[in-house]
Amino acid sequence: MRWGVLQFPGSCDERDALHACGLSGEARLVWHEERDLSGVEAVVVPGGFSYGDYLRAGAIARFSPAMEAVAELAAGGGPVLGICNGFQVLCEAGLLPGALLLNQELRFVCRQVELVDDAGERLSIPVKHGEGRYWAPQPMLDEIEAKGQVAFRYAPGQNPNGSARDIAGVVNEAGNVLGLMPHPEHAVDPLTGSTDGLRVFESIARSLA
Amino acid sequence: MARARVLIRPKEGILDPQGKAVERALPALGFEGIGHVRIGRMVELEADDAERLPELCEKLLANPLIEDFEIESIDGGG
Repeated sequence: MRWGVLQFPGSCDERDALHACGLSGEARLVWHEERDLSGVEAVVVPGGFSYGDYLRAGAIARFSPAMEAVAELAAGGGPVLGICNGFQVLCEAGLLPGALLLNQELRFVCRQVELVDDAGERLSIPVKHGEGRYWAPQPMLDEIEAKGQVAFRYAPGQNPNGSARDIAGVVNEAGNVLGLMPHPEHAVDPLTGSTDGLRVFESIARSLA
Repeated sequence: MARARVLIRPKEGILDPQGKAVERALPALGFEGIGHVRIGRMVELEADDAERLPELCEKLLANPLIEDFEIESIDGGG
């Protein structure tokens, strides 16, 4: 598996993402002005504050040359993983349904949360964000639930931001673009408490094997 | 050259926690009877071609899924 990890001005989690990807293949950074993703099989759009999050989180990053290339990769079925700010970028780009709004309590949350994946398995992964409240109109929520596009929910009672229906992560209709607010790349080493994040990267790597 | 002001606000029905926080602070300052506070953004700009402003708003200045926008001309231009 050859991963590419995007890097925008203002990204801050690209190094952890690079490390996490490196545990299930090769990985390199892709600068936001790069238009050529040749040799890259899967992309991570990492967390941080791309372009300072000016206007709205992810609103400006979606117009970068690298994101044009990511949209093409996604259209061809290539796996794309957006984490935190990367999730916001993918929603702004229309590659994923919905939007991320200011946390309900207006506080930046930074803590370990329990997630439940679409198979009912639990993962312990940290969140750290101020704008992570997943929102979509009711009919869109009904539709993504009916189509099995909810990939992760916060475990009961652990919703840190007021997300609709406890949604922490969604996939596109084709199933190859995944976005989530929690940070699997920060949960890949026992040193930091949990290695559950590895499962996210490994499952994407397996999908291409 | 047209000067314009774009007002962007959260759509009705979407919780606006900033507005709520401001609303809750008002009674402590002696301002009673104020409700439904909603906080949005205002963008002023100059455009050679004002016809393209709605498209610009839909693509960048506002996220049409969560926000409504209004374009006002300034100084009678555009």
